[in-house]
Amino acid sequence: MGEKELRVSKIRDGTVIDHLTAGQALNVLAILGIDGSGGESVSIGMNIPSDRLARKDIVKVEGRELSQSEVDVLSVISPEATINIVREYEVVDKKRVERPEEVTGVVSCPNRNCITNADEPVASRFEVLSDGLRCGYCGEIVREDEVATNLDVN
Amino acid sequence: MRQDHLISAAQLSRTDVEAVLDRAADIDADREAWRRRHAGTVLGLCFFEPSTRTRMSFDTAMKRLGGRTVDMGPVDSTSVKKGESLADTVRVVEGYADAIVLRHPLEGAAKMASEFVDVPVINAGDGAGQHPTQTLLDLYTIRENAGLDDLTIGIMGDLKYGRTVHSLAEALTNFDARQHFISPESLQLPRSVRYDLHAAGAQVREHTALDEVLSELDVLYVTRIQRERFPDENEYRKVAGQYQIDADDLSVAKDSLTVMHPLPRVDEIAPDVDDTRHAKYFEQAHNAVPVRMALLDMLIGGDD
Repeated sequence: MGEKELRVSKIRDGTVIDHLTAGQALNVLAILGIDGSGGESVSIGMNIPSDRLARKDIVKVEGRELSQSEVDVLSVISPEATINIVREYEVVDKKRVERPEEVTGVVSCPNRNCITNADEPVASRFEVLSDGLRCGYCGEIVREDEVATNLDVN
Repeated sequence: MRQDHLISAAQLSRTDVEAVLDRAADIDADREAWRRRHAGTVLGLCFFEPSTRTRMSFDTAMKRLGGRTVDMGPVDSTSVKKGESLADTVRVVEGYADAIVLRHPLEGAAKMASEFVDVPVINAGDGAGQHPTQTLLDLYTIRENAGLDDLTIGIMGDLKYGRTVHSLAEALTNFDARQHFISPESLQLPRSVRYDLHAAGAQVREHTALDEVLSELDVLYVTRIQRERFPDENEYRKVAGQYQIDADDLSVAKDSLTVMHPLPRVDEIAPDVDDTRHAKYFEQAHNAVPVRMALLDMLIGGDD
């Protein structure tokens, strides 16, 4: 994509999450806990034509890098995503997400009777299945298309 | 069996199950020989939900092995009422007992508890999750009466919230068992159990009426449909009435049909069934003691 076609402005320092499954950009912001109130500079592109995916979303966040837990959950809702770390307008690190064996935190168990939703000193933990997640405590299954609605956004 | 904890039936292999059942049979054959086997052992009973059979049979099992029990008592009179977390409670009890039997209203409670202590945790029921020790005594009863292979079993009642059902269905995937599930549509198996059954390649059929399969069954496992699962009394009465059996209903069943129930029953098995050769639910309840003795013996150690 040439400069003229750039629909989303460059960032100076931060993270560009590219090749997101179209329609997932807002869910990615939810994973990152970004709702605008924190003052971060954020750019979003949705349904952008892509060579690799017919359409993709892209999220650029100024001044923010992702934790491993965030990357793990991201990989579940958008397995083709790439993560670019940007410093001084240059991409200094670029990697594709890898589907982990389990994800900890970030997603909350949709079973409200699960011990992880009680007032106990324990974080949620899910086994990653081929098409979703499974709670490591109560066994509840979260299908891939349900992950976004169960993000633990505080 | 080399397991640290017993949390879910899914963790039990066929070999594990058979080892427990064989030991239970040994115990049943000569209880005297086991009387002092675990003298000095203390079992912690932590029941955050009411229980009669499970609590009493674990208490009996430990004492018949020569050990003792400490019981935290009803939740009303404990520190739990003051807001103590489960994680803290079990870490305290760990200092008093060689193993912990835990019943809790929330799913996953036993799993979480097991991550906070080094002594074995035995799940005695976690909400609508699992009840693996009930399953072991169910399997013992099935093995004694019908055999565990080439088995056709019907499991009827509240399959959605019934933890004994979830554990039994998963454990039966270790055996050559055809499982028929009979329930109202609103109380069919939850997604997580279906997932496990599917992954295990189990032979499973679902029905809304018992008469579709009754004549084929070797075992009929009945569970209670609870009033609180329905929005109103009328709906409950209408639905629950379809999943009750009496001696007349069983006239089309095989002579050898074994009828089981984890108890307590309310009206899902009429008292006239008690006098038939099919009724095995009291025998099933009695089997709790040798089976839980076997399990304690194997989890608490002294075993190689």
